[in-house]
Amino acid sequence: MDLVLLAVGAIFVNNILLAQYLGNCPFCGVSKQLSTAAGMGVAVIFVTTLASIFTWLVYHHLLVPLDITYLKTLAFILVIAALVQLVEIFLKRHSRVLYDALGIYLPLITTNCAVMGIALLNIKHELGFGSMLVFAIASAAGFALAIILFAGLRERLLLAPVPVAMRGTAIALVTAGVMSLAFLGFAGMVQ
Amino acid sequence: MLWAPAAVMGGIAVVAAAGLGIAARVFHVEEDPRIKGVTNLLPGANCGGCGFAGCAACAEAIVAGKAEPNACVIGQTETALAVAQYLGMEMKESEPQIACRECQGGDRATKRYDYAGFDDCRAAMLYFHGPTKCDHGCIGLGTCVRACAFGAISMGENGLPVFDPERCVGCGTCARVCPKGIINVISETTRILHWNRYTECLAPCRQKCPAQIDIPRYIQHIKRGEYAEALLTVKEANPLPLSTGRVCPEPCNLACRRQLQDEPVAINYLKRYAADWEYESGRRLHVPVAPDTGKSIAVVGGGPGGLSAAYYLRRLGHAVTIYEKMPKLGGMLRYGIPEYRLPKAVLDWELEGILGLGIKAVTDVELGRDFTIEFLRHEGFDAIFLAVGAWRDRSLGLTEDGEVVEGLVSGIKYLERFQDADPDVHGHVVVIGGGNTAIDAARTSLRAGADKVSIIYRRSRDEMPANPAEIVAAEEEGIAFRFLSAPVKLHTEGGRVVGIDVQSMRLGEPDPSGRRRPEPIPGSEEKVDCDLIVEAVGQMPDLDFLQTEGMPAVPTTRWNTVDASEDTLQTDVPFLFTGGDCFTGPGLMVDAIGAGRYAARSIHYWVTEGEIPPIEHRQTQLIGESLFESITGVSSKPRVHEPVVSLEERLGTFKEVEGTIDEDDAIYEAGRCLNCGTYCYDHDAEMEAVTTAEADDTATV
Repeated sequence: MDLVLLAVGAIFVNNILLAQYLGNCPFCGVSKQLSTAAGMGVAVIFVTTLASIFTWLVYHHLLVPLDITYLKTLAFILVIAALVQLVEIFLKRHSRVLYDALGIYLPLITTNCAVMGIALLNIKHELGFGSMLVFAIASAAGFALAIILFAGLRERLLLAPVPVAMRGTAIALVTAGVMSLAFLGFAGMVQ
Repeated sequence: MLWAPAAVMGGIAVVAAAGLGIAARVFHVEEDPRIKGVTNLLPGANCGGCGFAGCAACAEAIVAGKAEPNACVIGQTETALAVAQYLGMEMKESEPQIACRECQGGDRATKRYDYAGFDDCRAAMLYFHGPTKCDHGCIGLGTCVRACAFGAISMGENGLPVFDPERCVGCGTCARVCPKGIINVISETTRILHWNRYTECLAPCRQKCPAQIDIPRYIQHIKRGEYAEALLTVKEANPLPLSTGRVCPEPCNLACRRQLQDEPVAINYLKRYAADWEYESGRRLHVPVAPDTGKSIAVVGGGPGGLSAAYYLRRLGHAVTIYEKMPKLGGMLRYGIPEYRLPKAVLDWELEGILGLGIKAVTDVELGRDFTIEFLRHEGFDAIFLAVGAWRDRSLGLTEDGEVVEGLVSGIKYLERFQDADPDVHGHVVVIGGGNTAIDAARTSLRAGADKVSIIYRRSRDEMPANPAEIVAAEEEGIAFRFLSAPVKLHTEGGRVVGIDVQSMRLGEPDPSGRRRPEPIPGSEEKVDCDLIVEAVGQMPDLDFLQTEGMPAVPTTRWNTVDASEDTLQTDVPFLFTGGDCFTGPGLMVDAIGAGRYAARSIHYWVTEGEIPPIEHRQTQLIGESLFESITGVSSKPRVHEPVVSLEERLGTFKEVEGTIDEDDAIYEAGRCLNCGTYCYDHDAEMEAVTTAEADDTATV
């Protein structure tokens, strides 16, 4: 039950994008088309899960024993960057289909703040391995949900009469703000 | 204690680096180093205009041979050349693809509603399919202008987008965002492959023309004094504008909307003006030809159909050879149409221009006698176009089979005599028949020295299939017409014709062709004395060559024509295509020209792609909505008339009867064109102001 609540909380209440405002660059950059937004969402889920596992292991089995947890940010950057590169190389060789589907997004999220943020939140919330895994997947799914919804809105936004000064990223940010307000409706659902 | 954390971080970094290094080796994918090389040569804009996900993907496709070296739409020629050079490939010179619009003005169409809240065409389109009732009209909110990444599109004065060919890279973004589909990205030669569709904006004349010439477009060019552009527009669908400009009976005219107000636009005079403008300048316009495809096509028959097919196949980049049985090219244009209608010097100049594109011609060789289809295949031709025309005269059977009577000759044979020689014609010449060949034979006889020429036709003047203008000219020149009369018996003296019995007819019930069937009136026979009888009662294809050796089994129809698919003009023998008179039976020159281009399209697809894509929504009938019952906002303006040589000058010489209109007349006549689309046309500017003012008055009252 706790895990379900954790997942719901991560997806809706504390949505990584709309409540915590992390991962804003791909959110604005890759949300012009529904298909690319979906690709990005899947890539983020994939990378976040892997990154969370490795950073959790590094933190608990390397940094904590050596008592240098204050270096976690630096260590995580190194780990995540190397990991994404590794995954890309591996996929290219062994899963061409997956590589073609995710390939162009992987380098984009190497040091994405959403991925990094989730890795750090895992530590901050002092989660165990199982709940960490649920939290990571749920948070990334929240990102995917938000970016797909947002891309749908932006596709329609193209057709709307928008004042010249507000066109493009400006109106996208306003829309993101409104969406964020809408997600406030979930606040209080899970403590 | 700084060394411990530093060592840990360093350790992580070393492990990560080592892991990556090992992974790069273990999981190394053999990647063509050329991909990186090509990527570096591409502009790196990652615009996606090429259809691939970014420049690297494009480079990969080029190296893999899935894309041409010129796939990049921004890089233009220099990039393409650099890429080709890097890959050691031969760079094929290619034609640029440029965006252009088909709509002549969306505001001419009737408004469905007037709502100012939109600033995007696609949004307006979602609302009741746009503000105008026209399916094809430009909405004019400029979505294409904003979509163009290269600044090549701007909004023109009349609310239509204007394309700057210098800046257009042909990426097609504008065509994709246009909700009405009126922007096309095409190269010059692909226009050749285009056939009218019901889904397009088509003026009635354009729907009616068998060759589907874009008539409004070339007339608009003439109106602006752009004669070269006008002529090139004509040549996209008709390689023989000098000849058609003289002899075409203008089927397009019947559909001209202008005749609802006064008279149809003199379309053919305008075509002739543009063609003669080039002829008189003595310099030939440059006609674009696509890069060589390496395919070669044989065209059997050098008439209008064969010439048209050869011309367009050549423009599409194929090597073409024409085989002609007569000593010179031109077919019926040369051997059937007399000098006074189409001077041979003009025809020769036109043919020279066609051959100048790099078409080979072999004359004086006849299929079935001198060569076979097998021989052509052996010579390496990928496809063969059969356009042998309809050269066999029909006969009324006035003589027994095999009986030779001096003074009785068939229409085509008679006209052929005048090609090189000047035969002696005297006395009374009787021509039997009511078609163009009959009129040509009659008018030719008059010029060759006949004392009297009569035409005998079994129906009335209204049923005559000849061009009305030709009938009028023949009457003016004093040719006697005997309508509702049929020959029944020949009178001969010593093997020479001396007269013919003619029976009167009356018109009965309509036959399947819709014309009333003539019925003889018994006892009305009458003898007519004459010295020469020309039988011009129709022609049919001469397909005897199909029975000779070395010929594949080509099916024929019961009308003695070659059988082929209506949609592709392909016969049962896949490499053999046909068209023109030998497929449809005798028709107009412009029909054959259209068939030639249609066959060229089929052959082009067949030799390059192996199959012929069907034309979706192909327009075959006039579009009902385009046949207006009235036009408003147009004032009457009389049609121009072309200069005609006086009667005295005509008789006894073969001087060309009709002249070309002058430049002022051409511009005036072009101004009469309403520049129609399917649903709309140009109103007179003054008239429009008046009607708007009237409407305003009523509104205030």
